[in-house]
Amino acid sequence: MFDIATQLFDGPDIRLGPIDYEKDPEVEAKWTQSAEFLRLFEFDPARPMSAAAVKKQYEKLEKQIDEQKNFFHFMIRAKADERLIGKAMVKRVEWTNGNCVIRLGIGSPEDRCKGYGSQALQMLLRFAFAELNLFRVTADVAEYNEGALALFKKFGFVEEVRRRQALEKDGRRWDLIVFGLLRDEWSQMPARALKQAKA
Amino acid sequence: MKDLFRGELVRLSAEEPEFQAKQEALWQRDSEFHRLSGSGPAEVVSVKKIQAWLEKNIEGVNPERYPFGIRALADDKLIGFMGLWLSLIHSEVWVGIGIGDREYWGKGYGTEAMKLGVRYAFLELGAQRVSLGVHEYNPRAQKSYEKVGFRLEGRTRQDMLREGRRTDSLWMGILREEWFEMYGGEA
Repeated sequence: MFDIATQLFDGPDIRLGPIDYEKDPEVEAKWTQSAEFLRLFEFDPARPMSAAAVKKQYEKLEKQIDEQKNFFHFMIRAKADERLIGKAMVKRVEWTNGNCVIRLGIGSPEDRCKGYGSQALQMLLRFAFAELNLFRVTADVAEYNEGALALFKKFGFVEEVRRRQALEKDGRRWDLIVFGLLRDEWSQMPARALKQAKA
Repeated sequence: MKDLFRGELVRLSAEEPEFQAKQEALWQRDSEFHRLSGSGPAEVVSVKKIQAWLEKNIEGVNPERYPFGIRALADDKLIGFMGLWLSLIHSEVWVGIGIGDREYWGKGYGTEAMKLGVRYAFLELGAQRVSLGVHEYNPRAQKSYEKVGFRLEGRTRQDMLREGRRTDSLWMGILREEWFEMYGGEA
């Protein structure tokens, strides 16, 4: 339904926004002092980062966004106190094929299992399908990331590919699972299911 | 020590940027070749630009990237290219191949080149697995990869749109232990 009044970046408890160079580097640096977040969020090795290093990463990111024009990055903030709680992105957009890859993560374990991931994913999907006009969304998830597996399954993503033993961590090999969601599937998700998924 | 770059039909080579650029520019005229091997839109690029890009690639030795030319042994003719990308942390190798010369389609040249590439990945790059993607509409390549030992691991549905038709990408992989069992470390 055509409704330009629907907010793309404003959710019940969180909002998607840009990088805040003043506040965000320290918060994100803090997440990386525990390997836990990066080991879930990244496939590359976790490493602690200084706020200065995070800031440089942001600069590189914004340059990439400008140059490649196939990448959209969001910071997830709690509306109550504007606190940075995570990040979300639409990347590797192939405009001619109408597809993309999405990623999101909540930085601190205390902020997880509160529905923020669901709210962020809901907005990310709406952005990809209704604003970028893409046809399909892909998510790559490590077999050991139970939180992410549960979230994508909840939203109706289909497990499409199991890349066997593609990752090595903690002295063993793990599968990498590729999920896909098509625009038709997303738009046909009954409002009730979406509401449940958001909770 | 065996010669990993030589098979019975083809050998793996390094090509001079000037020559390779001219060859690539020639093959880019064949849009079907592009559409079989690539996922982005077909483009036409000047020899100068291709050469500049190739020259940039040889500015340092990238431990993650292993590009090869493919030459037919019979007359040492350059018939295609193959690229390997190594993920250092996870020891996974991605491989991509394209036989630009149509004369050499469907005759086993690509299959052998892929076998050499996979062997190189396991015996020289220490790969734990080798991965590739192939278009649903390219059954010749799918059969070739199956012959090499790749197993189908799934399909990303309708991630390609060409000629008004949405098609899947097939994803295949071969594990280290599978390869050693198949080839006994010889190939």
